[in-house]
Amino acid sequence: MDSENQHLDALQDIRKMMQRSSRFISLSGLSGIAAGFWALIGAYIAYTWIEDYYGTYSGIGYTNQNFNALKNKLFLLAIAVLGITILSAYYFTWRRAGRDKMPLWNHSSRMLVVNMMIPLVTGGVFILSMLQFNEWRFVAPACLVFYGLALINASKYTLDEIRYLGLCEVLLGLVSTQFIHAGLYFWAIGFGLLHIIYGFAMWWNYERNPKTES
Amino acid sequence: MAANNPIAGLNKIFDNRIRLGVMSILMVNDAISFNDLKQMLEVTDGNLATHLQTLEEENFLKVHKGFVGRKTNTTYSVTRAGEKAFNEHIAALEKIIKGIK
Repeated sequence: MDSENQHLDALQDIRKMMQRSSRFISLSGLSGIAAGFWALIGAYIAYTWIEDYYGTYSGIGYTNQNFNALKNKLFLLAIAVLGITILSAYYFTWRRAGRDKMPLWNHSSRMLVVNMMIPLVTGGVFILSMLQFNEWRFVAPACLVFYGLALINASKYTLDEIRYLGLCEVLLGLVSTQFIHAGLYFWAIGFGLLHIIYGFAMWWNYERNPKTES
Repeated sequence: MAANNPIAGLNKIFDNRIRLGVMSILMVNDAISFNDLKQMLEVTDGNLATHLQTLEEENFLKVHKGFVGRKTNTTYSVTRAGEKAFNEHIAALEKIIKGIK
């Protein structure tokens, strides 16, 4: 019946418009896998540097020149990992948006970025203040907790699954406060392993077979 | 149910796909700019403007004129009347489809 199809079309149109306009759904699972991969490489490099430092440890502590050199090196490494992660996330998302024929920079992606940046920038400034006073012990937990909160906040504007990734990151961050000397391991699990698992699950569900995407 | 004709619940204003699209977008977003609407609906300036005017005349839309720097930035949001009309239209659509099944 013609009018039946016409009304069904109208309802589907409404649903599509509501979803498209309020959520950014072109986030690619591959960007999660790439982020996890970079994080693991970064964590490994940091691990070898820290090992080297303690191998030649002089017992002088925070005022030692070696300590300051290590601190600066680790800081630059963190910036490099962040930069390359953002680049790869951008690339995979741009590729998927192109395939979905969706604009990359629109109302919903803007909302997503803004709402993600609020907790993320707060956390970044907070961590820098901690480092300023040589309070390195809670850097890894703070990274995980603020990143998790950023994901939870952003999840309103993208795929729902991001919310669960955020909750896992927060939980892991809180647990890691009780294992202060294992901070790097928790960091590697949270930013490396969880991203890879999440990215793979998303890719499997949404991108493996492009025909199932609506 | 048989007493009233479900098609009577349909709103003529929403027969048009662009007007229906505008209302769908505004139902789930607080305020949307003209350019965002244009991008999402993939329509031309003139076409969109005409339909927005129709909706505004029906009192389904609120228009806020603002500026971003020197450029005008007009945003739109849905009114109570618009929300009510849209919900009734969807309810009617659902009724029709259920009736056919």
